[in-house]
Amino acid sequence: MTDTPRLYLSRDAAALSVGADAVAAALPRDQLVRTGSRGMLWLEPLLEVETAQGRIGFGPLSVMDAKRLADAGFPEDDATCLGKVEDLPWMKVQRRVIFERCGLIDPLDLDAFEASGGLDGLWSALGKTPSDIVETVTRSGLRGRGGAGFPAGIKWKTASEAVADQKYICCNADEGDSGTFADRMLMEGDPGQLIAGMIIAGLAVGATKGFIYCRSEYPHAIATLKAAISAWEARGWLGSDILGSGKAFELQLRRGAGSYVCGEESAMLESLEGKRGQVRVKPPIPAISGLFGKPTIVNNVLTLASVPWILAHGGEAYAEIGHERSRGTQAYQLAGNIRRGGMLEADFGISLRDLIEDFGGGTLSGRPLKAVQVGGPLGAYIPADDLDLPMDYEAFAAAGAMLGHGGIVAFDNTVDMAKQAEFAMEFCAEESCGKCTPCRIGSIRGAETISKIREGENVEANLELVEELCTVMTDGSLCAMGGLTPMPVMSALRHFREDFISSDPKLEDMVD
Amino acid sequence: MPHEIDVVAKICAHHNHDPAALLEILHDTQEEFGCVSDDAARTIAERLNISRADIHGVRSFYGDFSRQADKPKLKLCRAEACQAVGSEELARRLSDKGIASETIYCLGNCALGPAAMIGERLIGRASVELLEAELADD
Ligand SMILES: Cc1cc2nc3c(=O)[nH]c(=O)nc-3n(C[C@H](O)[C@H](O)[C@H](O)COP(=O)(O)O)c2cc1C
Ligand code: SF4
Ligand code: FES
Repeated sequence: MTDTPRLYLSRDAAALSVGADAVAAALPRDQLVRTGSRGMLWLEPLLEVETAQGRIGFGPLSVMDAKRLADAGFPEDDATCLGKVEDLPWMKVQRRVIFERCGLIDPLDLDAFEASGGLDGLWSALGKTPSDIVETVTRSGLRGRGGAGFPAGIKWKTASEAVADQKYICCNADEGDSGTFADRMLMEGDPGQLIAGMIIAGLAVGATKGFIYCRSEYPHAIATLKAAISAWEARGWLGSDILGSGKAFELQLRRGAGSYVCGEESAMLESLEGKRGQVRVKPPIPAISGLFGKPTIVNNVLTLASVPWILAHGGEAYAEIGHERSRGTQAYQLAGNIRRGGMLEADFGISLRDLIEDFGGGTLSGRPLKAVQVGGPLGAYIPADDLDLPMDYEAFAAAGAMLGHGGIVAFDNTVDMAKQAEFAMEFCAEESCGKCTPCRIGSIRGAETISKIREGENVEANLELVEELCTVMTDGSLCAMGGLTPMPVMSALRHFREDFISSDPKLEDMVD
Repeated sequence: MPHEIDVVAKICAHHNHDPAALLEILHDTQEEFGCVSDDAARTIAERLNISRADIHGVRSFYGDFSRQADKPKLKLCRAEACQAVGSEELARRLSDKGIASETIYCLGNCALGPAAMIGERLIGRASVELLEAELADD
């Protein structure tokens, strides 16, 4: 190791939330590079020190640790030393396509971005015809990462064939699901990957304007994206003549304003037009008539950020990765009551058990795991006994669950599942856009009824009523907000009926 | 308050009086004054040439905007991943201590909950003691 090795410390919001800036202040400033996060959030603030063997990790660090390490020259026999970061079990299993350089470089260092191949996909796309780009994405088998898993190639083909004077690329960065933060990590840690993906989408369908709709709860991501967009414009990587190609693409950032339903694509488009975030009736689909009535691609952050790799390596290379009909990689996000929480990107198909037990290390509290909610507030609760489920769209659907955006929230045995079911209904009532009755009224009645059940009032009759309400919501809602709220409710009811019948968690569970 | 009207008019101009940028305009106004007052709403309506009813409709739809400057400094995540690590107990204890907080559903810090935010400062593994100290620092 040199006397003044280069030091890397994350500036990801999660790392900042546990003191990364204070740690940074205790380190020699001229050696320090602030990066995105590697995703091992339980190790944050995680310092990496460059050596001839690779980067050596130290974490999680307090300010005192950082001072001691800096004074002693980062000795590898320090109690906080983790060894080579790439060799950590959490890192070793990963295949990083989207997050290939997240955590490695300063997210706003365009030279480092370019030197690490950041423009390869974009250059490749600039050398192709629009239909070749669409064909490459189609062949890759890439599916939307926002929740529904819709094939990106089909959407792009539809928009590319639509005839219009203006088309748009809209990136859905609303990431409202509890338990998810991968979009945020990418936007903060490697915004260039997303911007490149959006330009490629623009080239593919003939769109010259793009918007990123980022939730307002992400001020760090917003600041990084704004700075990245300006830097790309200044380099001529964005604007009227992208990389000297003569092709144009203009990109703007827009903030959401604290509404979950604005993650639904048509509500997002309404919001981007400056209106209330009310869901639109389909058809027409956005690819035909979207923003301002023009053909519009709406894709999730991670969908778009997968595209540069696909263009750089070919659709076939991407299609070779994955499990069954879920091709490529998934950003698995471990959250809630979990010992080792964070994000890892790996092939589809890992079992939920491996994620929770091997990677997550079980619950944070040390108590037995009771349930896992996968796919955000509209996703099913899966009991601790049923974790042998591969992470794959179809396998989850067959089990009455959904993968959603890849968020996995663990609960220990102190959780009251009737309360979780009540919350699911309350959340729907709170966040409903109000357009249709089953969702707007059904969720309010649902929450009231579950509350009565929890108080022991007419339990059997009220349970029947909840099931009826769920059927009406599933069948009669315009979008998945009302349509899928029954999923957490009914899964809780199906697997944890005892929690509804006596609302107190079972006594024997409370004893360690 | 002429001052408020001037500032709001400037914000509208900064966004080219574009009705599609209404959320951005409301955000900038909210940040400046802690609310979007009826006076501000009237100014925006005039400048953007849209109805006041539309502005009210949008202001009331989105949780980030308020008609009065009454939002607590502290935002507390009460969504599932934070519930799993005690956000409800934390909320109860804060309110017992008379510390007001705004409920947020997810701050994107779900692996290090309970999560909270003061201004643009994100806080992980929040406890009453930690939040009291952070509020005192603010
Ligand atoms: C209530 C609701 C909330 C949603 N929230 C998000 C979100 O935060 N981010 C997202 O990408 N998709 C979200 N979706 C899915 C979008 O409607 C849409 O399917 C997605 O943005 C399409 O992009 P993709 O094909 O790349 O996944 C949501 C859907 C519903 C019904
Ligand atoms: S299901 Fe709910 S959120 Fe969706 S359109 Fe109907 S009222 Fe709006
Ligand atoms: S659920 Fe609390 S930060 Fe995501």
